[in-house]
Amino acid sequence: MNKGGDQRGVLMDLGKERPQVPAKARNVSPIVPRGSIAGRALVAVVAIMTFLASITTGTVLLVRASAAEWQSDVASEITIQVRPVTGRDLDRDVAGVTAAIKAQPGIADVRAFTKAESGKLLEPWLGTGLSLDDLPVPRVIVARIVPGATLDLAALDASIKQVAPSVSVDDHRAWIERMRTMSGATVFAGIGILLLVIIATIISVSFATRGAMAANRPIVEVLHFVGAGDRYIANRFLQHFLRLGLEGGLIGGGAAILAFGFSESIAGWFSGTPVGDQFAALLGTFSLRPSGYLILAVQAVLIAAITALASRRTLFATLDDID
Amino acid sequence: MVRFENVGLRYGLGPEILRDLSFQIPAHSFQFLTGPSGAGKTSLLRLLFLSLRPTRGLVKLFGNDVSLLGKDEVGELRKRIGIVLQDFRLLDHMTTYENVALPFRVMGRAESTYRREVIDLLKWVGLGERMDALPPILSGGEKQRAAIARAVIARPSLLLADEPTGNVDPTLGRRLLRLFIELNKSGTAVIIATHDITLMDQYEARRLVLHQGRLHIYE
Repeated sequence: MNKGGDQRGVLMDLGKERPQVPAKARNVSPIVPRGSIAGRALVAVVAIMTFLASITTGTVLLVRASAAEWQSDVASEITIQVRPVTGRDLDRDVAGVTAAIKAQPGIADVRAFTKAESGKLLEPWLGTGLSLDDLPVPRVIVARIVPGATLDLAALDASIKQVAPSVSVDDHRAWIERMRTMSGATVFAGIGILLLVIIATIISVSFATRGAMAANRPIVEVLHFVGAGDRYIANRFLQHFLRLGLEGGLIGGGAAILAFGFSESIAGWFSGTPVGDQFAALLGTFSLRPSGYLILAVQAVLIAAITALASRRTLFATLDDID
Repeated sequence: MVRFENVGLRYGLGPEILRDLSFQIPAHSFQFLTGPSGAGKTSLLRLLFLSLRPTRGLVKLFGNDVSLLGKDEVGELRKRIGIVLQDFRLLDHMTTYENVALPFRVMGRAESTYRREVIDLLKWVGLGERMDALPPILSGGEKQRAAIARAVIARPSLLLADEPTGNVDPTLGRRLLRLFIELNKSGTAVIIATHDITLMDQYEARRLVLHQGRLHIYE
């Protein structure tokens, strides 16, 4: 303000009237009263949004981890099917094919399913208690590949076909592709939900900010009168919104982290039920890695920051209107 | 300090309520702004406070053409102007002390550097016992004095006061006028908009009379 003012001395001389300074006369009130901002509703909105975002992110991380695990499991083995052909001894064909596979480089282990085991694989479709002796049930041989080895599938196919012409080799490529597509779709859907949650958060915060500014318009006008700039005024409001955003982010993110922390136990309660088994098949053990928890914590802080930024943007736009 | 040249003002598409105003407010000067109700006194004060822009003409404030000022520059200039409005505009959640100290707080000054000054001024305007009271429990006259104290506390270069003695008794009115005179002597240019002939008769000063949107100056 007026720099020269300080050199002019006191404005009035009170002489003997100079009062004792009351102990209570101090700046204690915030310039923008906290109660004038609809804080609880905004904290609840940000907490719910953060919780939803964290659950989405956590689920995406779980699905991705499970899908990667399945892919590595499935990609590390091949399945050979030997079909029964009239005039050929199936057991001899299976033994021959097993030996031929073992001779291939890059094969770690080969296991031929017995007739009973192969029959058991058909139980889900044919039911139990059925005699499979008269049915032409193909035999399955599973070969595990040495980790990191590249198998020459064409050479393997050619060599085992010489032993038994009725064999077929499945390296699960189609299955892996479907898994990859499914996992990609889950990530894509997760990102979509996250974007929607963030947009909804921004809209909610903008409305809350406009409401707070409307409720505090007289304060803004007085601050303008005493020479406060928009940045000064916005910062007074921003402190409130940043704190509300952090509170909401902490509650929502904390609840989601707790939910994932206890998810293994919760999954245990449902194990053995059809629903529990389906979820276990899809999401594995439900346990999030430490890096996953870190991502959730960073995400909660990010949502608090988005709250503050959205609020700041609305604040400056509203201040322009008020002036 | 302030220069108006052929300034006109209209609200929207309405008639021109201020017409061809040309005058200067020199630094350290003291003047009363008077005229009948609806003559445009408050509008002229708002032009001087930069909360309105003229429809036409040139307004220069502290050497700046106001039509060229950005928002930040307006804020900086307002720090050099104190204003007392008819409706006081005190913040209800702050004590009288805090309201009066607000300009210093906005400036970012440490409270220890201005606390004594704020308390002295509150005592001077008769609010020494009401420092911790909130505006809703103050009387009209007390609110007016608090608003005046807030406007003058930072010793602005230009003080604008709209009916500053309208709600106080004659004795206190004289005391407040003395405060404005003291402030003027310490270097502030003062413009007091008033209907109060008695108040104007108490101090020999330039009179700016608004009538039907035009300004007549009596030195």
